[in-house]
Amino acid sequence: MKTFIAKGKTPLAAHYNEDKTVKWSMKDKLLLGLSLSEYLAQAFRNPFNWILAVIFTFGGYVTITRFLFGLGYVTHSSYDYPWGLFLGWGLFVMVPLSASGFMLGTTVEVFGRNDFKPIERLALLNGLLGYFFAVMFLQVDLGQPWRLIYPMFVSLGPAAVLFLVAWHVATYLSVQVAELVPAFAEWAAMPKLKTFIKSIILGLTIAGIILSTLHQGALGALFTYAPGKVHPLWLSAPFQWFHFFCSSIFAGLCMLIVVSTICKKTMAWRCDKNFLINLDRLTLGLAKGSTLALITYLVIKIIAIAHDGDWGYLASGWGQWFMLEMGVGVIVPIILFTIAIRNNLAGLARFTALLTVIGIVLNRLNTALITFNWKLYQEIPHWREVTIVITVYALYIVTYRFILYRLPILYTWKKEEDTAS
Amino acid sequence: MKAMNRRKFLKGSLLGGAAASLVSKSRDAGAAATFGGYPDGMGVLVDLTRCIGCRTCEAACNKEQGLPTPAQAFDDMTVLDHKRRTSEGAFTVVNRYDIPGQDHPLFRKIQCNHCNEPACLTSCFVNAYTKTPEGAVIYDPTVCVGCRTCMIACPFYVPAYSYSSVLNPIIRKCIFCHETRLKFGRPPACVEACPREVMTFGKRNDLIKIGHQRIQSYPDLYEDHIYGENEVGGTAWMYLSSTPFDQVGFDTGLGNQPILSYVKEFLTVVPMVLTIWPALFAGFHLLATRKDAQQKKEEKSEI
Repeated sequence: MKTFIAKGKTPLAAHYNEDKTVKWSMKDKLLLGLSLSEYLAQAFRNPFNWILAVIFTFGGYVTITRFLFGLGYVTHSSYDYPWGLFLGWGLFVMVPLSASGFMLGTTVEVFGRNDFKPIERLALLNGLLGYFFAVMFLQVDLGQPWRLIYPMFVSLGPAAVLFLVAWHVATYLSVQVAELVPAFAEWAAMPKLKTFIKSIILGLTIAGIILSTLHQGALGALFTYAPGKVHPLWLSAPFQWFHFFCSSIFAGLCMLIVVSTICKKTMAWRCDKNFLINLDRLTLGLAKGSTLALITYLVIKIIAIAHDGDWGYLASGWGQWFMLEMGVGVIVPIILFTIAIRNNLAGLARFTALLTVIGIVLNRLNTALITFNWKLYQEIPHWREVTIVITVYALYIVTYRFILYRLPILYTWKKEEDTAS
Repeated sequence: MKAMNRRKFLKGSLLGGAAASLVSKSRDAGAAATFGGYPDGMGVLVDLTRCIGCRTCEAACNKEQGLPTPAQAFDDMTVLDHKRRTSEGAFTVVNRYDIPGQDHPLFRKIQCNHCNEPACLTSCFVNAYTKTPEGAVIYDPTVCVGCRTCMIACPFYVPAYSYSSVLNPIIRKCIFCHETRLKFGRPPACVEACPREVMTFGKRNDLIKIGHQRIQSYPDLYEDHIYGENEVGGTAWMYLSSTPFDQVGFDTGLGNQPILSYVKEFLTVVPMVLTIWPALFAGFHLLATRKDAQQKKEEKSEI
């Protein structure tokens, strides 16, 4: 795309071309205002696409074998570790990293912090896609994925935590679609749709907070079904839901910093000035929010250890692993974020956000896989399982990029008046 | 019936029937203790001191449930050289435990313990599990989605999954021979087949008495504990042992609370968030945007 911009092309961002003579068709919008051959040329020029092609060719094949030969072919069919990497990564890691949608929705729409508006839509999209692909991962993992709607309509087990997760993720997905409709409406020229959503946005946002609080917490509460299996340092029955909810706050915010950094570095042509100029300030703002959540999380973690009387475990090998996770993912980030905010160092905040994201990944994998069955043996996922996870994640990245290239997420759609005048 | 009340309460709160749950909460809060099991529920008392590890029970189970022929025959005792667990092809297995300081090993039969308040049942989001009044925990494969939360939840590592099946993978576990025997008041196949009368079939309440009588009669032989009398809220299958239970592979750290009691702390949060959050955040919104609203008003009045 850079090459084309150098040649004088402007990325499509309005209904009409620059001379206001031609109205862009849907095909033009999909091809970013390029001709088909130009579009393909830029796609082939991008080395990342070649990596993706390799992943999809090989990983796509392995993914298909899962549905042809069953879970037993792609996993170790463990009875002791019924949840492998599909849920460990796909559900327990993806969902907290997608909390950005409701965080920024709350900041802008409920708290009226309109200064965060330039990054709100990216946050919403990050949330929507994260959840959508968490469901995709779930579909790979479920024994009978075609029965996904059974808990909704066929046979209800409403006293189960997973019932709550299923319903909340489903309703929250629709809330997030609705929240992103304005972006789509601008792009597809359907102004009435946008006005309608604008009128109910506060209701949607508050629904989003309720649903997020409960299902982020519920993912943690799922492990309270296994009090004897997860290591006590990673499981505290009374606090578990709050640990997961509280950590999802900084997980979502830090993921947003990471994603916005990637956008800035790899698709600057698609970002408008409003986004690029504000990004450093917004990054530090998000860092501030993350720090508050990180401190809360650290305190409640310590309280949980004290409450359960788990101090003794800290001296064990598991305890050192736990302290490493807390150090890398919580304590060091608190210090680095503070330095970054005090000295206005957006770059340091970006690095710290990445560190925090790694910390949260470690925490969720620790809870779901690594310290699970700590009294038994360690399960190492099958290579096919790993391949499928990489493939689905690559699909997530491609979808993400496809939408970012087109919908007004990183840039503002040029209004009719501007082009007509 | 207490459990029914409580389950109804939990249902109410989770469905977001905030008002309903607030009403029913005051009535059921007291009843939300533990469910002691159905009064006439059946059970089995397993006496480890009598078991010789002949695996007759495994063979009987295999036949009764129509399970596939195992790779190693049931009279092949080398199977006992390593520890096994229940699987999709074996709903019950016998393990050998060499006890330090004793000249003979102990054998322990594993199968579903049929808890009074089963963790699998309470964790299932499609209600596939049922605790029958006869005492069995049965499973309905036609509604199972395959999330395998029950396998996560079971403190005894009992449910297995038929991973190899592409189109109809389901949970596989002992169902107390409910369909073929228990329903008609007959003992399960393994109990009937045992040549050493290791297992006593009867009403759970009677079995507890029998167990304590045996302990009292032979205090030197038995550990003074019936495993399963109180563990995780009580189980229909219970064990007597001559050595400390942790030496024969039992998890002695499970506690006497049903697994559900650990989850309850979160479940009580649900109706609170559902009712308090909307008002709280709408209030935040009004407070945070107060200045903007005022400004708009002033602008209007100026016009």
